[in-house]
Amino acid sequence: MSAVLAVENLSVAFGPARPVERVSFHVNPRETLAIVGESGSGKSLTALSMMGLLPRNARASGQILIRTPRGRVDMLALPERRRRLLRGKQIAMVFQEPMTSLNPVHTIGRQIEETLIAHEDLDRAARRARVRELMNLVRIPDAARRIDDYPHQLSGGMRQRVMIAMAVACRPRILIADEATTALDVTIQAQILQLLDNLRRELDVAVVLITHDLGVVSQWADRVVVMYAGLHVEEATPAQLFADPLHPYSHGLLAASPRNAEGLTYRDAPLAEIPGSIASARAEAGCPFRPRCPAAREVCGAVVPPPVAYRGDRLVACHFPGILTEEARHVAAFA
Amino acid sequence: MSLLSLENLATAYDTPHGRFRALEGVSFSVAQGETVGLVGESGCGKSTLGKTLMRLVPSDEGSIRLDGDEITTAQGRDLMPVRRKLQMIFQDPFASLNPRHSIRRILTGPLKIHGVASRAERNRIAEEIVSRVGLPPDALDRYPHEFSGGQRQRIGIARALILRPQMIVCDEPVSALDLSIQAQIINLLAELKREYGLSYLFISHDLSVVRYFTDRVLVMYLGRIVESGPTREVWDNPRHPYTRALIDALPDAGNPREVAPLSGDLPGVQNLPGGCRFHPRCPHATDLCRKVEPLIPENGDAHAFACHHPLPLTA
Repeated sequence: MSAVLAVENLSVAFGPARPVERVSFHVNPRETLAIVGESGSGKSLTALSMMGLLPRNARASGQILIRTPRGRVDMLALPERRRRLLRGKQIAMVFQEPMTSLNPVHTIGRQIEETLIAHEDLDRAARRARVRELMNLVRIPDAARRIDDYPHQLSGGMRQRVMIAMAVACRPRILIADEATTALDVTIQAQILQLLDNLRRELDVAVVLITHDLGVVSQWADRVVVMYAGLHVEEATPAQLFADPLHPYSHGLLAASPRNAEGLTYRDAPLAEIPGSIASARAEAGCPFRPRCPAAREVCGAVVPPPVAYRGDRLVACHFPGILTEEARHVAAFA
Repeated sequence: MSLLSLENLATAYDTPHGRFRALEGVSFSVAQGETVGLVGESGCGKSTLGKTLMRLVPSDEGSIRLDGDEITTAQGRDLMPVRRKLQMIFQDPFASLNPRHSIRRILTGPLKIHGVASRAERNRIAEEIVSRVGLPPDALDRYPHEFSGGQRQRIGIARALILRPQMIVCDEPVSALDLSIQAQIINLLAELKREYGLSYLFISHDLSVVRYFTDRVLVMYLGRIVESGPTREVWDNPRHPYTRALIDALPDAGNPREVAPLSGDLPGVQNLPGGCRFHPRCPHATDLCRKVEPLIPENGDAHAFACHHPLPLTA
C-alpha cells in the first residue's frame, strides 16, 4: 500500500520567520489522517502547501509528492499551470467558512458546475445531471429545486455540503478539510463528519482533517499528526495518543481538556493547565515547547529534538518521550 | 433567596419579514455563588438572553429581578446600580475592548463613571485586579492589540470584575481560545468565583466545558428552555430528546462512530414549526407533538423538561 501523498521535509518561511519547519508525513489511500494543533502550530500552512496555494511571499522547501495515474509529482516544484490540473482532480480542499469561499452572486448549481467545466469534458445537460448527482451524494435534500438557490438561502451546514460537493466533483484521491466543521453547531458538525466518512468509503478518497478538536480526532481519525509551533511533534493512532501520549505537549493538551475531567467539576479540582502560550515558542534555541514544559531539562534548551520512530509505528520529537505520562502513572499508583 | 430571577421573559426582534420572538416564556433563577450553564445551538436565543439580562436589548414581556429589585425596564441612570451588580464577559475580547484605549483607561473608566474614590485609588484598584487575573504589571500602559487572545480575555475578565459585581454573564468566554489557554481561563474564573463569591450565567455551546464548570444547566432550543436541572443529573439522564442528541453529538473517545446524528437543520425562529418546536427533527415525534407545544413545568431548581414523550429514566 503506497501513500497517495507524502510530505517530505516541508518548511515554509516568510522572511526570517519559519512557521513550518521540516515537517514530514504521508497519507495512505482511504484513510482519515488528522493534523491537530492550536493556532500558530502551522497546520493550516501545511494544508495550503499540500494544495500548492501558499501566498506569494511564502518560500517553501521540501517536497509534496502526490500520486497521479502518471507517477508521482512534486506539487511544490510544478508551475502553476500544472498545479491547477492537480487541484480538484487529485487533491481538493474544504475550508472553515463556507460563506466566504462561495460566490454570493452565483447559484450553488453553477458553482458546483464550474469545477466540472475546468476538469471534465461534458456538455451542459450532462453537467447539470452530474451536479444533481453530486448534490444527492452530499445529501442536500430536494436537489432539483435547491440547484438554483444562492448561498445566502442555505444554512451553514448546507453551505458546507455545497463546498464538499465542489471538492469531490472530479473524484479527487485526497480531500483536505481545514477546520471544516469548526464553525458549525455540534449536531450539524456530527452530520458533516459522518458525510465525510461516508464519502471516504464510497469514493475511495483519503481524508485529511485539519483540526484543533481532540474529540473529532478521537472519533474519526485513523492516524494523528500533532503539530506544535511549526514542528511535527508526535504521530500515533488516536487510541495510542489518548492512552499513552508521548510528547509533553500532547500530554498537556489531553489533561487540559474538560472532556477528560472524568465527571469531576470545578468544585472538585482545577483543570490541568499548560502554562504560558504558543507565542513564547521558537524565540530561543532548543525545543519549542521547552518554555511551557514541566519536564524540561538542560538538553532541551540546547538541542531541537527531531521526530524519531518510537516502538514501531509511532513517532515523537522529544528528548524524554512519555516522561509525563509515566510520572502521572506513578502518582496514580501511589494515590 | 435567588440573586437573579426571570419570570416568563420574552424578547422579540423586528425584521423586514415581521416581528419574531427570539425568546419565549423563559423562567429560571440563579442563587448567590451558583454557576448556571446555558447551552444550545446558534440561533437558539442564548446570546439574546444574555443581552436581555444586561438590558442591552429590551424585553417584550415578563420580568427580571436582580437582588430583589425589578430591573426589567431599567434605563439610563437607573442602570448604574444594575451594572455594579451584574457584568458581562464576551466571546471575542478583542471586539469588546476599545483598541484606542490603554488597559489602564479600560479598567479605570467604569470606576470613574461610578464615582469610585480618587484617581490614585482607582489606579491602585486597577493594579490589584491586573495582577489578580495574571497579567504582567506593565499591562496597564499597553493597548489591546499588544496582547494574545488568552491575555485579552484576562483583560475582559478584569474589566468585568473591577466594579466587584455579584454576578457575571459569560457569553462563550472560552470558545475562541485554544485548548491549552481554555483551561487557564476556566481555572481563573473558578478561582475568582471562590474568592469573590460570584455567580455566573455561563453561556456556551461546548457541553464538555458546561459539564465541568456549572452546577445547573438550562438547555435551549429555538427560544425556549426545553430542559433544566442539576448538571450532573441532566447529563446522566437527559429526558428531552434534544438534550440527548446534543450529548451524543459530542465527539467522544468512548462513543462508537456509528451513532446516528440528529437529522435536519435548525429552522430558525422566523419559521417556527407548530406544536413542539423540536418535532421536525425528533425521532420520537407523534401527532400530539405536531399539534400541542409542551411547556416546561415550574419545578424550582429540580430537573424539569418540556416533552410529551420524555426519554425513560435510566437509574
